[in-house]
Amino acid sequence: MIEAGIRIEGLRKRYGQGDTAVDALKDVNMVVAPGEVVGLIGPSGSGKSTLLKCLGAVIEPTAGRMILGGQAIYDDGWKIPDLRALRRDSIGFVFQAPYLIPFLDVTDNVALLPMLAGRPNAEARARALELLTALDVGHRAKAQPSELSGGEQQRVSIARALVNRPPVILADEPTAPLDSERALVVVRILNQMATQYHTAIIVVTHDEKIIPTFKRIYHIRDGRTEEEAGQGLIL
Amino acid sequence: MISLAGRDILHSWGKFVLTGIGLGLLIGVTLSMAGIYRGMVDDAQALLDNSGADLWVVQQDTQGPYAESSSLRDDVVRSVLGLPGVVRAANVTYLTMQVRLSQGQGKVREGHEVRAMIVGFEPGQPGEPGYLVAGRHITRSHYEAVADVRTGFALGDRIRIRRHDYTVVGLTQRMVSSGGDPMVFIPLKDAQEAQFLKDNDAILNDRARTAANPALNRPGVPGLLEAIQASQAANHNVNAVLVQVRPGVPAESVAEPIRRWKHLEAYTRAQMEEILVAKLIATSARQIAMFLVILAVVSAAIVAFIIYTMTLGKIREIAVLKLIGTRNRIIAGMILQQALGLGLIGFIVGKVAATLWAPIFPKYVLLEPGDAVRGLAAVMLICALASTLAIRAALKVDPAAAIGG
Repeated sequence: MIEAGIRIEGLRKRYGQGDTAVDALKDVNMVVAPGEVVGLIGPSGSGKSTLLKCLGAVIEPTAGRMILGGQAIYDDGWKIPDLRALRRDSIGFVFQAPYLIPFLDVTDNVALLPMLAGRPNAEARARALELLTALDVGHRAKAQPSELSGGEQQRVSIARALVNRPPVILADEPTAPLDSERALVVVRILNQMATQYHTAIIVVTHDEKIIPTFKRIYHIRDGRTEEEAGQGLIL
Repeated sequence: MISLAGRDILHSWGKFVLTGIGLGLLIGVTLSMAGIYRGMVDDAQALLDNSGADLWVVQQDTQGPYAESSSLRDDVVRSVLGLPGVVRAANVTYLTMQVRLSQGQGKVREGHEVRAMIVGFEPGQPGEPGYLVAGRHITRSHYEAVADVRTGFALGDRIRIRRHDYTVVGLTQRMVSSGGDPMVFIPLKDAQEAQFLKDNDAILNDRARTAANPALNRPGVPGLLEAIQASQAANHNVNAVLVQVRPGVPAESVAEPIRRWKHLEAYTRAQMEEILVAKLIATSARQIAMFLVILAVVSAAIVAFIIYTMTLGKIREIAVLKLIGTRNRIIAGMILQQALGLGLIGFIVGKVAATLWAPIFPKYVLLEPGDAVRGLAAVMLICALASTLAIRAALKVDPAAAIGG
């Protein structure tokens, strides 16, 4: 049994009560190893976003178990008192649109997280710059987000997700606004970072271009997950 | 930790400064309103200071000479002078009227009219203008005047008061009535005539009426009619007697026997200040206070709407901030600091604007540093309260909104 970066067992989520209740997640089971990137695909309304929100600790599941980075965060109830700190320190988020803070420059967009965690500004910025350089956007460190291309913005958002070295990154359609070439670059970066930082990454996607790159894929249908082997195309 | 509010302000400083300028002009109006009230109080105090009196003796049962009309015989001053503790006493008259320039030497054109308080005084006595900024004091018994610079008159100008022209021989400053009208000083006798003497037609009619009255024009009493007519045309009234008391003597101890034995009213400086500030300008003060309240509410509403709108424009960023673990107090602090920043910019703009436009006002606008400090505190408080609406909206943002679906 692998030391799970992410382990989900029997996760369920019900919205509403009584006759109007909707079971968005019925029986979700997933395992993602540290350093692994898995795809999560499924049709609209299948429960992908609900699963991400549960994993991101922004909505509470109805039942089941979630372990992130070896720490049980949910077991028929939250096991972590400070979910905000959990999101800040243990989960990285990459969104469909980069959602960078428009009034902070590139460096501070990335450095904000360690600053929020109480790191000194200089240390936070140094760490941000290191990541930006690794992601090949170090030369845009002082630029404003509006001055970056879509691909550069997405790299900055990946740097922001990684900066606190979280054991888990949740990426929600990270390549949707990008063309094929840039989409593959983003996936390659995610794979590199997963390997380099031993981060477990779940990529929610509809993007046919990148689906073949995953070694493992979880299909979610009607609130249930099914695992299948991916092609694992080398980028 | 970096200042999110500061960065946001710097990022969109143009929008922020323009908004601050708009708010600042409103704050400038508010500060000016407070300055107008202070100016009214200061005008009242200047009036009392310039009179040089410790006591105002006026007609019984009146609150004259500034708040109500008062009429005394001009020989009352002699009996007042005889009272223990009195150093000097002098008759004065006050009459507010339109004064017209009949022959100009300065910038003001002939025919120019100004509303002024005509003060009749006795040279060298209480009521005389304390100092001059140009020219000399009145030395002739008639037809010379000293005018406040705010009348716009210049030395050598000829001004029309009732039936006579007066030459402006001196200029003074900050000599205004409690209503803010500039003063024009003329000799007492001229002022009595200006205030009490009727026009020629009225005098002729009165004489005819008196001559036609058999009770006043008795055939067997030679000289009676002439005596009555002379009495009718004579001016022996003044509005008040200004009294200076000996140093160390309480003004009230002089006022008391005047009230008791002379059948007159006497007010001390404190009582006169009470009449001027608490009674004469009370309605105006309430009017201004009402304006201030409305302006404060309008300012608060504007700040609230601006900050609320700015916050709504950042809902997605706030959702992301919350999702990545930003504490509510940091987000609330960001909005609060922006509101305070807006208030600070607005206050600075308002203070500068009020300082620039205060001298243009026709009446004195006194911008006191204390009012500015109180204004700043009020602006900050209003901005802090106004930001609560936006903070409430921001804290309601669901971090899940940052994740699609």
